[in-house]
Amino acid sequence: MNFELTKEQQMVKDMVKEFAEKEVAPKAVHVDKTGEFPVQTFEKMGQLGLLGIPFPEKYGGSGGDTISYAIAVEEIGKACGSTGLSYAAAVSLGASPIYYFGTEEQKQHFLVPLASGKGLGAFGLTEPNAGSDAGGTRTKAVLEGDEYVINGEKCFITNAEYAKTITVTAVTGKDERGKNIISAILVPTDTAGLTINSNYEKLGVRGSNTSEIILENVRVPKENLLGDPTGGFKQFLYTLDGGRISIAALSVGIAQAALEKAINYAKERTQFGQPIAKFQAIQFKLADMAMEIELARNMVYKAAWLKDNGKPFTKESAYAKLFASEAGFRACNQAVQIHGGYGYMREYEVERYLRDIKLMEIGEGTSEIQRLVIARQLV
Amino acid sequence: MNIFVLMKRTFDTEEKISISGGKINEDGAEFIINPYDEYAIEEAIQVRDAQGGEVTVITVGSEEAEKQLRTALAMGADKAVLINTEDDLEYSDQFTTAKILAEYLKDKDADLIIGGNVAIDGGSGQVGPRVAELLNIPYVTTITNLEINGSTVTVVRDVEGDSEVIETSLPLLVTAQQGLNEPRYPSLPGIMKAKKKPLDELELDDLDLEEDDVEAKTKTIEIYLPAQKQAGKVLEGELADQVKELVSLLHNEAKVV
Ligand SMILES: Cc1cc2nc3c(=O)[nH]c(=O)nc-3n(C[C@H](O)[C@H](O)[C@H](O)COP(=O)(O)OP(=O)(O)OC[C@H]3O[C@@H](n4cnc5c(N)ncnc54)[C@H](O)[C@@H]3O)c2cc1C
Repeated sequence: MNFELTKEQQMVKDMVKEFAEKEVAPKAVHVDKTGEFPVQTFEKMGQLGLLGIPFPEKYGGSGGDTISYAIAVEEIGKACGSTGLSYAAAVSLGASPIYYFGTEEQKQHFLVPLASGKGLGAFGLTEPNAGSDAGGTRTKAVLEGDEYVINGEKCFITNAEYAKTITVTAVTGKDERGKNIISAILVPTDTAGLTINSNYEKLGVRGSNTSEIILENVRVPKENLLGDPTGGFKQFLYTLDGGRISIAALSVGIAQAALEKAINYAKERTQFGQPIAKFQAIQFKLADMAMEIELARNMVYKAAWLKDNGKPFTKESAYAKLFASEAGFRACNQAVQIHGGYGYMREYEVERYLRDIKLMEIGEGTSEIQRLVIARQLV
Repeated sequence: MNIFVLMKRTFDTEEKISISGGKINEDGAEFIINPYDEYAIEEAIQVRDAQGGEVTVITVGSEEAEKQLRTALAMGADKAVLINTEDDLEYSDQFTTAKILAEYLKDKDADLIIGGNVAIDGGSGQVGPRVAELLNIPYVTTITNLEINGSTVTVVRDVEGDSEVIETSLPLLVTAQQGLNEPRYPSLPGIMKAKKKPLDELELDDLDLEEDDVEAKTKTIEIYLPAQKQAGKVLEGELADQVKELVSLLHNEAKVV
């Protein structure tokens, strides 16, 4: 047992922390207020190799591990939740499935630009009528000659408007029991018939791009089918297991930011003749926040470590995602409470943390679905 | 071009610093590359990229400095050398450090040696010039620009806000001032590659030095924190009265006028 980060992990942490403080945090308020996607930040992150941390160098990546990646997501998310979400989605949902399931050619063609930071990836699973129940996917892909013809609609897809490639799930047939076969297909965003709209008005993570995708007779070569033609469902379950680690790390980052703001404020704000940090009621809140955040971070590291060591991590990544997002929400809520009326005002930024972190209990499987995932591993 | 960078691991003066038993408390402190040395590392990398050659980063210190050396390697330096004095020296000063560095550098055929202008902990700014003196090569301190043309070097030196242009030649030692460049972040692939780059560890023995040869020339009598800043005073009342009160306070209390 060793709880220490390696030198490389420590260096990644120092570097990303400094980068996030200097380049990401100063834009967070603007990004939230305007909903502008921070394109330049992503260019810089790409140049530094942040978009390719968990992929080998031969695919344009940085050759790091999942723990380093989780550390980077935490630090970016601490500075700006919107940037953190788009970062986590670009790597865990956009690039990862191509790395896990792609052929060598697909990796060279589709993964290299994403991992080396020359473009962003997106993963289109959710549909208006298929959210938690991804088995209910209606988008269809029909093989015509050498091409798949795709028709359907996707919603709430992170980064789609800024993506080079979207991995889209679609029904490609029926198995012997008559159940839909779901496959994943790589769709370059400049393909004819693909329309991307970004008109959502969101509660939080407002600077993260969220788009609706309409596919009308979109034709892609049949070689763009990703991995096992009949295993699309299993593939995205595995992809989401990995993505949950990053959503958990993002929750930890946002909550840590809220905790630090709350501690500083509690020491400065005086009521009844003393700093409110002297009141035990406030101290107990801070103690609970700090404890839960550290427990969540430990679970993130453990799930990441299991993944890095080739061990099963489905249950642990669900633990991490569920606990970190719920504990993080509690922490952000208490941070607003500690700030009183000022906390309700934008200027103090803690209300943004609360709005941003709410998504963590919904995206990549709601809290209810995490409990289902965990329970399935138990009974 | 054979380039050497003198680097120091220091505590981060922007973090909280506490003192116990007459020493700076290392437990709570954050340690970083001395910020002026970051300019030195960046400049060395830029010179190497333009002129070819190799960048070696050296530090005199303890095992703990490996992290800062690895960071320099991750930024793009080619090699690192740690001269570990942990077991040999109880106390050292600028003389000690300069002597050790010069002893290491004397047979290395360095073309260019770059250090920080000062270390933010001790703030003496002596190590660079002392090393140059011992090696018998020219030096220019607090530089904000460096141009190398064959063996001619044109340097802009910051003199308390003004600039001085100096022409000199290689081999040369310079110390970096803020504004020389914008140090890069170590990239992720850089961090991963850093662990495969050579990092040599030497001790005084390896340099044929005895403890007596490098014995400090100075003694630290006391270390203390600056006095706590008092809360400010806001004057009230009519403007004319405020001015009178201000003058009287400056005269009687602050005793500055
Ligand atoms: C900002 C944002 C970004 C997103 N990014 C992406 C993306 O990049 N790619 C992508 O594919 N999707 C993305 N999503 C979609 C997200 O994953 C879904 O919204 C989420 O999975 C929930 O699906 P739903 O919205 O259809 O809710 P529903 O599935 O309709 O759920 C509604 C409620 O019912 C509960 N519920 C559903 N089924 C059960 C059950 N069996 N037992 C108990 N309770 C249940 C849910 O927990 C929830 O509380 C994003 C969403 C948002 C808001």
